[in-house]
Amino acid sequence: MPIVVRDHGFKREELNESNFVDLEDARKSDKESLAVELPNCEDPQSVKPLFPKIEIIRIKFPNFGDGRGFSLAGKLRELGYAGRLRAAGYVISDQYAIARRSGFDEVEIDEALAARQPETQWISKSKWKAHFYQDRLVKVNPDSVG
Amino acid sequence: MYRYSEFDELFVRRRVEEFRDQVQRRLSGSLTEDEFKPLRLKNGLYLQLHAYMLRVAIPYGTLDARQMRQLAFIADNWDKGFGHFTTRQNVQFNWPKLADVPEILEALADVGMHAIQTSGNCIRNVTADHFAGAAADEISDPRPTAELLRQWSTDHPEFQYLPRKFKIAVSGSPRDRAVTKAHDIGLRMVRNQRGEPGYEVLIGGGLGRTPMIGATVREFLPENDLLAYVESILRVYNLHGRRDNKYKARLKILVHETGVDSLTHEIEDEFAERKKWFAGVDRELVANLKAAFEPPVFDLSRTRAFEDRKERDSDFRVWTDTNLSRHRCSAYAIATVSLKPIGGTPGDATANQMRVLADIAERLAHDEIRVSHEQNIIFPHIPKDKIPEAYDLLAAAGLHTSNFGLLSDIIACPGMDYCALATARSIPVAQDISRRFHDLGIERTIGEMKIKISGCINACGHHHVGHIGILGLERAGVENYQITLGGDATETAALGDRAGRGFSAEELLPALERLVAEYLRLRDSAGETFLEAYRRMGPEPFRAALYPEAKKLAA
Ligand code: SF4
Repeated sequence: MPIVVRDHGFKREELNESNFVDLEDARKSDKESLAVELPNCEDPQSVKPLFPKIEIIRIKFPNFGDGRGFSLAGKLRELGYAGRLRAAGYVISDQYAIARRSGFDEVEIDEALAARQPETQWISKSKWKAHFYQDRLVKVNPDSVG
Repeated sequence: MYRYSEFDELFVRRRVEEFRDQVQRRLSGSLTEDEFKPLRLKNGLYLQLHAYMLRVAIPYGTLDARQMRQLAFIADNWDKGFGHFTTRQNVQFNWPKLADVPEILEALADVGMHAIQTSGNCIRNVTADHFAGAAADEISDPRPTAELLRQWSTDHPEFQYLPRKFKIAVSGSPRDRAVTKAHDIGLRMVRNQRGEPGYEVLIGGGLGRTPMIGATVREFLPENDLLAYVESILRVYNLHGRRDNKYKARLKILVHETGVDSLTHEIEDEFAERKKWFAGVDRELVANLKAAFEPPVFDLSRTRAFEDRKERDSDFRVWTDTNLSRHRCSAYAIATVSLKPIGGTPGDATANQMRVLADIAERLAHDEIRVSHEQNIIFPHIPKDKIPEAYDLLAAAGLHTSNFGLLSDIIACPGMDYCALATARSIPVAQDISRRFHDLGIERTIGEMKIKISGCINACGHHHVGHIGILGLERAGVENYQITLGGDATETAALGDRAGRGFSAEELLPALERLVAEYLRLRDSAGETFLEAYRRMGPEPFRAALYPEAKKLAA
């Protein structure tokens, strides 16, 4: 069972793996609340029309060294996506703060990584709003959000 | 000079703690070696040929005496008593032990310094003109911009895992002393027709195995749009730069493969979106940055101390003629202290020398020191009256080599002596060249000459932009040195042309002597530099001098 990491620690995944559909199937679906999985190379503009119907987007991290998912998350937020956003795959605890800062709400990891990097190591990174240069420097335009 | 805010201070302290914890978690197995590697690199720690190497940032090359003394302290305590200044305004310590590194980082934090993002696939130490704030030809001091970029790029959440390293340089003068055209992003401070400040933005420059000169993507970017624009470039690169081959992962390859025009479109589209989101940079912070880099109050009184000494001391006169540059204020000079003693290691300074430099800065030169990408040390603001005293102190520490801008002012990477990637030696080659031409006594006759040496195709010694570039390779177990001619690192940037087949270590010096002798014979006046002569006549006469046997064959 995968584990979902949030600011206060681990919790068990409540969504069923089979809930997640790719963008193709999401377009065809008539469900009202979708769980969509995106590869980190997806064009965010192509997801935008579906925003009202999406409850959660999960972006895959094939490797912790591949940072495309962070930019994709940032773009989705700037395009107005306000639903849940999850980073899933190979993300290490040392990346938790930057994942949160890029716009993710949570990280999904497997049991092996959770055993190697237990909950305390993730919680120690959970104060992601502190020591945050970009937040301090850049004023966000309130009209553009959402 | 910029002093750390409380925020900066807390940030670097917390970062040291985080790294200490990461070292522990590596030892306990929570982090694999692969996972630990990018984390240590982002804290400046490399694994070299013999040991770890710690690369410390000197943001935009600016230091004060207290910081320089701390570098000396680190060199004495945790290294072998010296440090090496690099071509990217960093200082490297070659012998630290892993277990000591958190403590070294702590010592750096004590004086407002760090080693953050001096390595790894992220935005590296932002560099700037080493004459900033002092040069007579300056439009605007580039350092407030560089400091803003330093803060903005530090731990930027989106750009910590880029396809490859990313380098930014800023210049505030028409004379480009920051090699902006060989950086992923080069920023040149300009004004538009209405006199408003902004930047010309260049992208995709870089040396390495596929050298390229940066291309202009914006002739004029208003000052306030800087971060939104730079972020747009980085985002396009992060999403579209190649990740399948590390040798093709730099921005320059994306520029090359996509084409400047279509990439410019992508960046501008991203920027149009991004700008809506940005309400601007915190104004108070920018105002504080500008204030922090206000020049010192200059003392305009003058005696004849400087002129008198020049009249009676020819060594002093030669040093001042060679190593001083024009300051914006006529009672002052910019003094370059050469870290290229004849036969020495380019860029090395002992702990004792660092302390002498610190003392001079503090007592005589408004407490400011700069480090140049040419691996020299600079006092940007020294009153002419104080120069005789400074010179005596430098001379006593062996720091008075009169060769700034001359042939023996060579840039050389560490090469085989330290670097795990090297295919040839570069420091000993630089030493041989400098000794030989010094002995010939013709350096001053030759005039301006930039020799740059790299120990492998990664080109850390910038050989592509040397008037004479030397690249050390290995052929069947033997060192082989390739020569490029006509490179230029300034606003008229150009990549050198490959001269022809490489030379063995023994053949190299005689070949260079033939080359220089031919230049002296062919130049149209004593004022025509090697680069000018090369541009006027093209490569042929110089090739003929390097390869006389080819001429014989043809005859
Ligand atoms: S050019 Fe090569 S040998 Fe020289 S420092 Fe760079 S990687 Fe090492």
